Amino acid sequence: MPLDPSFIGRTYPPTSTYEVSREKIAEFADAIGDDSPLYRDTAAAEAAGYADVIAPPTFLTVINLAAINSIVADPELGLDYSRMVHGDQRFTHHRPVRAGDLLRLTTRIEDIFVRAGNDFLSVRADVETTDGEQVCTTHAQLVVRGE
Amino acid sequence: MNVGDELPGLSVHVTRDQLVRYAGASLDFNPIHWNERFAKSVGLPDVIAHGMLTMALGSRLVSDWLGDPGRILEYGVRFTRPVVVPDDAEGAHVELTGKVAQVRDDGTARVDITAKFDGKTVLGKAQCVVRVS
Repeated sequence: MPLDPSFIGRTYPPTSTYEVSREKIAEFADAIGDDSPLYRDTAAAEAAGYADVIAPPTFLTVINLAAINSIVADPELGLDYSRMVHGDQRFTHHRPVRAGDLLRLTTRIEDIFVRAGNDFLSVRADVETTDGEQVCTTHAQLVVRGE
Repeated sequence: MNVGDELPGLSVHVTRDQLVRYAGASLDFNPIHWNERFAKSVGLPDVIAHGMLTMALGSRLVSDWLGDPGRILEYGVRFTRPVVVPDDAEGAHVELTGKVAQVRDDGTARVDITAKFDGKTVLGKAQCVVRVS
């Protein structure tokens, strides 16, 4: 059954606040094998002009994926998770994420369409600090393979 | 920075150990990335790497070259092919290369990334917009 196009434009407000820690940044950097001191050493980050250690460019996947999954799990949308694959992903950084950031994420279904028997779902997430400063905008396209 | 400049290449052996580590760090516990039995049951040849891990290796290529990951303003990829990770010490060999595709008047440049596994590209339209200085 194709996804319901009336979901286009639906917005999911933030459900929690995520605090970016130095430890999680270092853990993520270790996992991707990146040894940059800007992810671990506050003095090095300050020397490069940052208020604290910064996070790798794809770090926000830590909260972005959970937000996508909560949309995917929306029973009204009726998406079959077992046939879903991640088609593409983009991050537009307004400034680097850094330790100490308190982030809130608002997701929005930007588009739903069918192509070659597959359902496509485009999801945008706006990541802001609790003070309302824009940090990053993410775009993901999910593909649900036809049966 | 000039159009056509090539970035120093990056060669990574992605192992099962790294997939488990990345699953924990990224909070992506989809079993296709660590459970061979499950991966095969959904038609995959074996456990596959997280697309987001391969994506992260692409940004590592660019940030290693820039020296400052904060200069990456925008980064997007398409996931076109899976990286199949065998249960051995060698893992899956992923080769990353990059090239400056465009230098713009506003102080930014576009870098195009190629990620290859088994001789085939695994990311499509992998592009970074970076601050030139």
